[in-house]
Order: sequence, then C-alpha cells, then structure tokens
Amino acid sequence: MADHLEPRIEDQISAWRAYVSRPEAMDGRDVDELEDHLRGQIDRLAASGLDADEAFLVAVKRLGGLDDLSREFAREHSDRLWKQLMIPGESRAPRTGGLVVAVGLAIGAAVAIKIPALFGIRFGEDGDFYARFAALLVLPFLATYFLVRRRASVPTIAMVGVPFAIAAIVMAVYPFAPDGATLVLAATHVAVALWIVTGIAYVDGRVRSSRSRMDFIRFTGEWLVYLALIALGGGVLVALTLGVFSAIGLDAEWFVEEFMVPCGVAGAVVVAAWLVEAKQSVIENIAPVLTKLFTPLFTLLLLAFIVAGFLQGSLVDGGDAEAFGQRDLLILFDIVLVVVVGLLLYALSAREPLAPPSWFDRLQLLMVVAALVVDIMVLVAMIGRIAEFGASPNKLASLGLNVILFANLIGAAWLQLRFTMRRAPFERLERWQTGFLPVYLAWASIVVVAFPPLFAFA
Amino acid sequence: MKIGKDLVAAAATPMVLGILADGESYGYAILQRVGELSGGELEWSDGMLYPLLHRLERLGHVESSWGASPSGRPRKHYRLSSSGRAAFAEQRQQWAVVSRALQRVWSDRDGGTDFAGAPAFGGA
Repeated sequence: MADHLEPRIEDQISAWRAYVSRPEAMDGRDVDELEDHLRGQIDRLAASGLDADEAFLVAVKRLGGLDDLSREFAREHSDRLWKQLMIPGESRAPRTGGLVVAVGLAIGAAVAIKIPALFGIRFGEDGDFYARFAALLVLPFLATYFLVRRRASVPTIAMVGVPFAIAAIVMAVYPFAPDGATLVLAATHVAVALWIVTGIAYVDGRVRSSRSRMDFIRFTGEWLVYLALIALGGGVLVALTLGVFSAIGLDAEWFVEEFMVPCGVAGAVVVAAWLVEAKQSVIENIAPVLTKLFTPLFTLLLLAFIVAGFLQGSLVDGGDAEAFGQRDLLILFDIVLVVVVGLLLYALSAREPLAPPSWFDRLQLLMVVAALVVDIMVLVAMIGRIAEFGASPNKLASLGLNVILFANLIGAAWLQLRFTMRRAPFERLERWQTGFLPVYLAWASIVVVAFPPLFAFA
Repeated sequence: MKIGKDLVAAAATPMVLGILADGESYGYAILQRVGELSGGELEWSDGMLYPLLHRLERLGHVESSWGASPSGRPRKHYRLSSSGRAAFAEQRQQWAVVSRALQRVWSDRDGGTDFAGAPAFGGA
C-alpha cells in the first residue's frame, strides 16, 4: 500500500474532494474523514486485483450518493445547515420567493398596527388598547411568514393558530383596570408567550426536537441583532425626517409618531426575520464575537454587584431597608438575570457542539455561578418584601420568574461544570436549556390567563 | 439476500457501539468489521456510517480524536465513552429480547403441535 497513489488517481481524488466539499453541511474535517475512507477502500480494492481507476470508481460508488450523504450530514449537523438553508433535493425554491412574502407580510403588519386608527384609536393616546393588542397585531404576520416558508401542515398551523386565538380572546375579554398592574403584566407576558408560539411555526411543528428548539433560540438572538441594526437606521431616518421638515417650517412630529414609528417597528419585526433567514452567514460571524465580548463584561457586572451587595451589608442584615429591597433595583436585576440567561443561550447556540471545552466555557461557568448567587440574593430580598408588604401581582410574577431562572441556573451551572471537566457532553447543556422553552411558555401563559382574575384585574 | 433498509438502519447503532466496545477504531475499519461479522450480508452505503458516528459523538456515546494513518494522512479515531458503554448494554438487552421473541415465534411455527412444516425445514 503506497503512501501516494498514481498521480492520475491523486488528481481524481482532488477533484472528488472539490466536488464533495461543496455542500456546506460537510466541513473540511468531514471530507478528510471521508477521504481517509476512500483511500482505505481504494487500497483494498487495488490489492484484490482491480486497477487503480476501477478501484477509485468502485470506492466512490460505495460511499453512496452525494445528495443522500450530504442530506444525512445536514440532518446531523443542523447547526451548519442553517447557514445555507439548502439541502440538495429538498426545497430549493423559497429563497427568492421569501422576499416577496416577507415584504407583503411586513406591509400587512404595518397596516394592521394602524387599523385601530380607523376606529379612532390613536397610537399615542390610547395606551391600553396597544398594551393589549400590540403583540397580537404584529406577531401573527411573523408566524404566517414561517408557516408559508415551511409550507406547514394543517396540524402545525392549528398548533400556532389556536394559541393566538386564545390570546386574542383573553386580551379582548378581560376587564383590565386602566393602567392596572395586571394589564402591564399580561401585555408583556403575552408577547413572550406568543413569541414562543411563533417559534412553533419557525421549527415547522417539530417542537420535541431539542435541535429545532436550539435553532429557534439562535434565530431569536440573531433576530434581535438585526432588529437593533434596523432600529439604528430607523432612528437616523426619524431624526432626518423631523429635521428636513422643520427646516421648511412644517411639523412632521405627528406623522413620525402616528405612522413612521409604529408602522416601522411592526414591519421591522418581519423584515428582521427575513434577514435572518436570507443572510445567515453574515450574522454567523458576529454571534461568537458578541458573546465573547459581553460574557466577560456581564460576569464582571455580576461579580461587582455581589461584592457591593455584601459590602453594603443590607442583605446580611436581613434588612431590605436600604439599597437591596428597593423595587426598582429588584426589577433591574431581574432584567440583568434574563439578559445573562439570554447571553448564555445565544452563546450555546453559536457554539460548535463538538469542540472541546475551552477557557470561554470556564468563563461561562463563572458567569452562571455569579448569576446564581445574584439570583439567590434577589430571591431572599423578594421573599422578604413579600413577607413584609404582602403579595402583589408584580411581586408574584417576578418571584415566579426568579424561581424559574434559579432552577435553570442551578442545572446550567452543574452541567457546565461537568462539561468543562469533560464529564458530560455539550449536548446535555443544550437539551437542558431547550427544555426550558415550554416552562417559559407555561409561566407566561399563567401570568396572562390566571393573574388578572386572581388579582381582580387591578 | 438483501436485508431491508429499516432493519439495517435499526441495527447500525448497536453494531457500531458493539464494535467500538472491543476497542478504538476508525471509519473504514468499522465498516470492514461490519462486513466480516455479518458475512457481508449487512451492508449500507459506506458514507452513511459517518453521520451516524457524528450523531453518537454528539450524544456523548463515542469520543473522537484525530490521529494519522500509517501513510501519514489524517485519520479520525473513535472510542466508546462510559455513557456509550451504558447505551451499548441497554441496546444489547433490548435486542436480546427482540431476538428471543422472534426465535420463539419461529420455533413455535416449526416445532409446534401442527407438525406439517417441521420436516421440510429440518430441525437442526
């Protein structure tokens, strides 16, 4: 068995490599592995008497059809697949059709958000109406976009449509007190719940698959990045509109407030999703950078907060009198914890699952542990406040959220520790986090459906 | 004899885990071993082994490392992890149950009260 085959066969192997490397579901290392296999097969066939050309052909044939092979690779490595959205032999078409559908639905969302104006409900004034229905006016268009693109089956459409209908009925029927706390809670939580329901459309109904859920988490992170970029551009557009019209003595403020901002935001929700679907390889390079940049910074913030919290002593005294018991601070740290979990999710979703644990994974472990400590501090303060001032819808909603985050962080810390010690595969971490999506959905639904009547719609 | 696609697919995982339970190996050698063990009857297109190995790796059942072949080319080696050993043991039990049940079905047919078929098949 020679180190090198005849030059002619070496050329053929190179050509084969170039051909096989094209489907993006296979990366260079996979092709190396297949090449090793191919050479093993050629050697053996040649040893049994075939000439080199024949051996090459038979060996390539035995590897199996490239389409089948790359589809299998794509199925296994869906994290690579989403970069290119094209498995040979499966739905090649939607890529160009996607833009037309996306623009149509974006316009639909922009129009929908203004339909209430026909009935005299103005965006700037009637806060209650938009608190109730903003998510319900926009997200159906996003969900429809995915259902159309994935050519979803009827059961999937029902799985997405029914929760939207229930949410619409609940939000329309409940007699919320004007500016009541339960209204604000229901409005924010209905958005979260419907976002996850939209995720069912995104994964085309494959809700049991941990990989699909991870794809949706990745989508969520990238969607936020694109939305932020669009918002930056939109801000410039708004400023210039105001400036240009005031220069000629016209007041464009009403137009900006009533039309540009609401319609722009509604449309951007769909357009950002289209961008994620169509331009994935752009963000793919940004995601790891963003998480590597912000993970150390948030870790520092959490550590600084822990140190400050203990130095202040307010927690140790059990007194929630000074800094720690304050409501605003607790809400702030709820947000910090949610962002930390979001950052963790985004980092997990952007990670190459088979890569061995690195310094970054250890840093993440530190961040998770710090977040856990902060969560415990917040929980203690929160329970203290509830014991002292009694329960309110806001307090119970954030207590529930903190308990869920606490469970999440405990598991995440444990699995991250085992992963960095090479005791558990990365897949366990992934499954742990994706397993929480239904929990978030359930909790958000409880806050929307059960909290308002429990607290008399106050 | 051509073994059906579904059966080949179902047998692939326990087969690969079992082969790796004997020690570290690499793709081509694993396929050779499958051929030997099944007398060449159990065949799937060579490439399909690799997505399977990658899946087992993601699930943590096997671990891999890059080494070199005798000719110095890169070669990916696989070995069973502790969770792979557990998965192998579990699959083995499952297959034992299935295989025993099938054996019983067939021996009932061959050697049951209805004697008709038995001589033809020659009860060895």
